[in-house]
Amino acid sequence: MSLKTDNRAFGVRTEDGIGDAFMRGAVGSAQDSLKTRRLTAATTLGDWERWRELGQQIRQHTLENLDYYLGQMADNVERRGGQVFFARTKEEASGYIRQVIENKNARKVVKSKSMVTEEIEMNHVLAEAGCEIIETDLGEYILQEDDWDPPSHIVAPALHKNRNQIRDVFADKLSYQGDETPEHLARFARKVLREKFLEAEIGITGCNFAVANLGAVNLVTNEGNGDLVAALPKTQIAVMGMERIVPTMEEMEVLDNLLCRSAVGQKLTSYITVMGPRAEGEVDGPEEFHLVIVDNGRSDILAGEFREALQCIRCGACLNVCPVYRHIGGHAYGSIYPGPIGAVITPLLGGYDDYKELPYASSLCGACTDVCPVKIPLHEQLILHRQNIVSQGRTGAADRIQMKAAGKFLSSPGLFGSTLRLAYSMTKLMSRHGRIVRGPGPIEGWIGIRDMPQPVKKRDGFRAWYENRERPDGAAAETEVADRTARTAGDLKTTEVGPKPGRDVSVEEASSRIGRGGDNA
Amino acid sequence: MKVSIFSTCLVDLMFPGVGRAMVEVLERLGCETDFPASQVCCGQPTYNSGYLEESKQAMINMMLAFEHSDYVVGPSGSCIAMFHEYPHVFAGDPQWEMKAIALKEKSYEFTQFIVRVLGVTDVGAKLEGSATYHRSCHMTRLLGEAETPFLLLENVDGLQLEPLKNSDNCCGFGGTFSVKMPRISEQMVDEKSACVAETGAEYLISADMGCLMNIGGRMSRTGKEIKVMHIAEVLNSRPAAVKGGIYA
Repeated sequence: MSLKTDNRAFGVRTEDGIGDAFMRGAVGSAQDSLKTRRLTAATTLGDWERWRELGQQIRQHTLENLDYYLGQMADNVERRGGQVFFARTKEEASGYIRQVIENKNARKVVKSKSMVTEEIEMNHVLAEAGCEIIETDLGEYILQEDDWDPPSHIVAPALHKNRNQIRDVFADKLSYQGDETPEHLARFARKVLREKFLEAEIGITGCNFAVANLGAVNLVTNEGNGDLVAALPKTQIAVMGMERIVPTMEEMEVLDNLLCRSAVGQKLTSYITVMGPRAEGEVDGPEEFHLVIVDNGRSDILAGEFREALQCIRCGACLNVCPVYRHIGGHAYGSIYPGPIGAVITPLLGGYDDYKELPYASSLCGACTDVCPVKIPLHEQLILHRQNIVSQGRTGAADRIQMKAAGKFLSSPGLFGSTLRLAYSMTKLMSRHGRIVRGPGPIEGWIGIRDMPQPVKKRDGFRAWYENRERPDGAAAETEVADRTARTAGDLKTTEVGPKPGRDVSVEEASSRIGRGGDNA
Repeated sequence: MKVSIFSTCLVDLMFPGVGRAMVEVLERLGCETDFPASQVCCGQPTYNSGYLEESKQAMINMMLAFEHSDYVVGPSGSCIAMFHEYPHVFAGDPQWEMKAIALKEKSYEFTQFIVRVLGVTDVGAKLEGSATYHRSCHMTRLLGEAETPFLLLENVDGLQLEPLKNSDNCCGFGGTFSVKMPRISEQMVDEKSACVAETGAEYLISADMGCLMNIGGRMSRTGKEIKVMHIAEVLNSRPAAVKGGIYA
């Protein structure tokens, strides 16, 4: 796996997602149940807003002093007998890991869930070197056995698969003969994986947070596989994005709290582990410990206008509330990082050539920004991407012409006045029964699926009403206005004109202008 | 109290009844209104599409149009939220930053103004029937106003409010999103329409015409019966006996 999970066009991927009724059902119900669980977990902590602010401060402080904390982390890991490698690129990172494994003449690798190892294409590189790599997170294991089906969620990678599909994968690939009961499937996977843990020579983990003053790696998991990966093989390699660091365990505690509650609505996950090289006198832990710190474009992000994106703690809460993710699913993003945070960081890591659609896959509803436990202004960063895409001339000519024209007429009272004067007659040929039924480009996108009212005549418009009603002879103006309003409503109707007796004109008018409520057409 | 009316371009082009209702309610509550005629659009369509320079021109036009206003009130949580974004857009701009802050500080969404500034929660409206309310994302999340529509609707005589399932999910409008990503928008508005229809309510109410055009337009196209009303029209609904006294 690499950052990119699908070479097809965004539109094709989106249609695939929209057409996958099962996936949409699974994502929808996961979102709905996680919403309640997350809220409960957040409120029981107390003033959630203050916790978010604290989380944001910790992340921003660490990013501002990243050089210091990374130096401290590296010193402490080395002091404890571990080795540290700073990788500028994904090639350097996966190359180093390959070298460590080759130096040991090792073949058998177990791995716990790690997004950054996907990003650096580690599995691919190690497979080329002849290693057997086993993903031990249940979700990741299912995907691996299904011919490396890409993950569709940061936290729940196999969210798009149901129990029947999982049973089929296990039956096809592993000769599983049981039924689709989740407990049976899990017991089976556990038995297979237990053997793999015991055989493994190398354990590779990700890193939720590196604790700088201890030189330790903090893992947050629910299945316990991370602990086995770290404890059983003689050599452990932990891989971290260079921003995933906290000064001390005090900050780790705050962020773990935010992470568990935001990700899965738990107070804590089943396993919160702090690990590192085996110290003298300790009975378990790896004999050899390597920490790979991956830059792969992060320094550029740190130096630029998207720095806040590096605050991300990979909780996936923004995916769990995103109405777009809800309907298209994770695969449509074409990246191992889907959802709102994926739409922000994927173009930063992979470039606009491949990912310029992602920042537009958002209605800018702000649900992501609202839920983010470390207060990344996600929807604002999407707008920032759009600004960059525009300023680099990457938008289509039609879009540019329309938007430049819109900019002109939205800023000019004169032009807008003419528009109000002409809108009705300009749209007359496009309309039937007061609704626009055909039109150029953007209008087509609207009326393809929705009704759209025709603009009103200038004399029936709000501005005309406001001006006219202020005439000194108020009574006369009022009559005329009422009459005109009735005619406006009448323009929209085929059989009925004017307000019904005993009902407020505006009620009729409002409903008839949009819905079918007041419209007998 | 002097209030400048910000009509919004959707109301200007298509929904005069909404602007009218807003003015009538405000005046009934004792406000003196004016309408700065050079106003056009808050700039959101181009801003959200990434066309920053084009948007700034629209924003500057609005800052100038409302420069001498005491209060600016508009019937859209989304457009007012855009005003509130101006200081961010013009941060560090010596010519416009202060004006942007000034406009933000005096701008209110219609229901927000009634409750937060006028201190009124009962406007004496009467509307018989059941209704469900769609909270617009921009009003709730960007403007940060989730309460005032409900405080006012609770006091509308005869109106029964039905809870809307998944009310915090976006309806799929998103301005240019609805035409740039029509297929995704369609899925979103279909789910929203289904939730609205499920309430069995007679009226769908919101404080943003963009959302109402989207949900109402989709429901109309798919044959789901509902009467769509902007909250200003609801609050302007009067018992028949006092109707006609509006201008007195």
